Amino acid sequence: MKILVAVKRVIDYNVKVRVKPDQSDVDLANVKMALNPFCEIAVEEAVRLKEAGTADEVVVVSIGPKAVQEQLRTALALGADRAIQVETDDMPDSLSAAKILKGVVEKEGPDMVILGKQSIDSDNNQTGQMLGALTGMPQGTFASKVEVGDGFVNVTREIDGGLQTVKLNLPAIVTTDLRLNEPRYASLPNIMKAKRKPLETTSPDELGVEVKRTIKLLKVETPAERSAGVKVADVDELVDKLKNEAKVL
Amino acid sequence: MSILVVAEHDNNAVDPSTLKTLAAAQKIGGDIEVLVAGKGCSTVAENVAKADGVKKVMLADNDAYEHQLAENISELVADLGKNYSHILAPATTTGKNFMPRVAALLDVAQVSDIISVESDDTFKRPIYAGNAIATVQSEDKIKVITVRATAFDAVAAEGGSGDVENIDSVFNNDKSEFVGEQLAESERPDLTSAEIVISGGRGMQNGDNFHMLEDIADKLGAAVGASRAAVDAGFVPNDMQVGQTGKIVAPQLYVAVGISGAIQHLAGMKDSKVIVAINKDEEAPIFQVADYGLVADLFDVLPELKEKL
Repeated sequence: MKILVAVKRVIDYNVKVRVKPDQSDVDLANVKMALNPFCEIAVEEAVRLKEAGTADEVVVVSIGPKAVQEQLRTALALGADRAIQVETDDMPDSLSAAKILKGVVEKEGPDMVILGKQSIDSDNNQTGQMLGALTGMPQGTFASKVEVGDGFVNVTREIDGGLQTVKLNLPAIVTTDLRLNEPRYASLPNIMKAKRKPLETTSPDELGVEVKRTIKLLKVETPAERSAGVKVADVDELVDKLKNEAKVL
Repeated sequence: MSILVVAEHDNNAVDPSTLKTLAAAQKIGGDIEVLVAGKGCSTVAENVAKADGVKKVMLADNDAYEHQLAENISELVADLGKNYSHILAPATTTGKNFMPRVAALLDVAQVSDIISVESDDTFKRPIYAGNAIATVQSEDKIKVITVRATAFDAVAAEGGSGDVENIDSVFNNDKSEFVGEQLAESERPDLTSAEIVISGGRGMQNGDNFHMLEDIADKLGAAVGASRAAVDAGFVPNDMQVGQTGKIVAPQLYVAVGISGAIQHLAGMKDSKVIVAINKDEEAPIFQVADYGLVADLFDVLPELKEKL
């Protein structure tokens, strides 16, 4: 079977984000960028399914300017077979991204689409589910386990109270949670090999999608900082403060 | 304006996040109607109808909705929701699962995880794991919104007198089915809705020592949480993890024991009303956000604390 993995280029998760002085957005100038951690888990899961003989081809796709090729090469180094860049300088919202991915799905005809549950920049947690609705595919979101059967996949999902398992007919959508797997590090030979793997470029136009944004970003602020409080000397003082000052006991 | 709120429940009782979502709906303003979709959930509908400000409850009681499968619920919500100006659901794993499908079916964007209502089309939401707060304005005709429940105070559960109306539409897809679930069983309150949370970190040294926290939690009626370091070290299961990649909590009192205070942990608890940190390392970053800090060995402090509470 064929697996399509959608990946996003985001700020590296170790970088502390700074808000621009004019509050128009966060400052991404000269900031280290990386593959979104949840997308990395998605690539890893697809590659493992290929290594297990369940999948025969892993295709990665990313939407964005030329710079996203860097993340596509990373995914290829992790074991994906080929890559597609949907080139656009506009930042599509989740719905536009899902429409673009639907176009790619129609062209590629994958049996499974794996995406990260959310990107660590906008934290929307929408694209996989929207792609499900647009393509009519069933979805297993926040996956912590994926077991492929004959024509179906069982997905164990992390839900608020514990775990839930759903059975989905293929083709299906899976979005990854943190504990699905631990992504490997790309080896140097694989990084070299990735440079020769095919990377094709298309555009939203070619896929018949208009990139839109109906949610306007008006302002970005730094959250109210908590300031350090007081140090207490011992347990007695702590209990006293909690009872009589903070009144939370 | 008319607002549709999709209730979160387990077919027996309404989840507290629903009452908090209703509070967000009241801030938007307009008639508020609630959808209760599930199986054998008429009690839930009757109870939600009593909540403050609810004009009407629609009850969709069918096998197809028993497990809140996103494929079925989203079709139902999109079908009913097309006549409303706003559709709201709590940003729980259930709401996060089906709401984007609703938005896509209606061909509109979704505003995820709002923490405040600025006007009927403008909202604040955390981005970059809460390291920045965005103010966003939706230009869509129907605004599909998930609500971070911890950011709103629940409406009164009693005092309203909405009508309950049965909805017969059944959307039952043949591509997905529920297989089973393993729910964590605990006598203690749920982490995300507890008034008091006491969490342990790597400083607890092992899983057995978490009993010291559990003893105190039982005295206070608190939930027990953990840092990612404690989960990664295998001390406790991952559903106890508080943080950017775990559960977001905002209790009245949060007690961090043996937790250094990595950014990833702070992102999950820094909106708590009062934060207490107990750590023997005076330089631990957790003290920078704590209202009350106690620099001491937790193995001395916990037994004493248990005794004095």
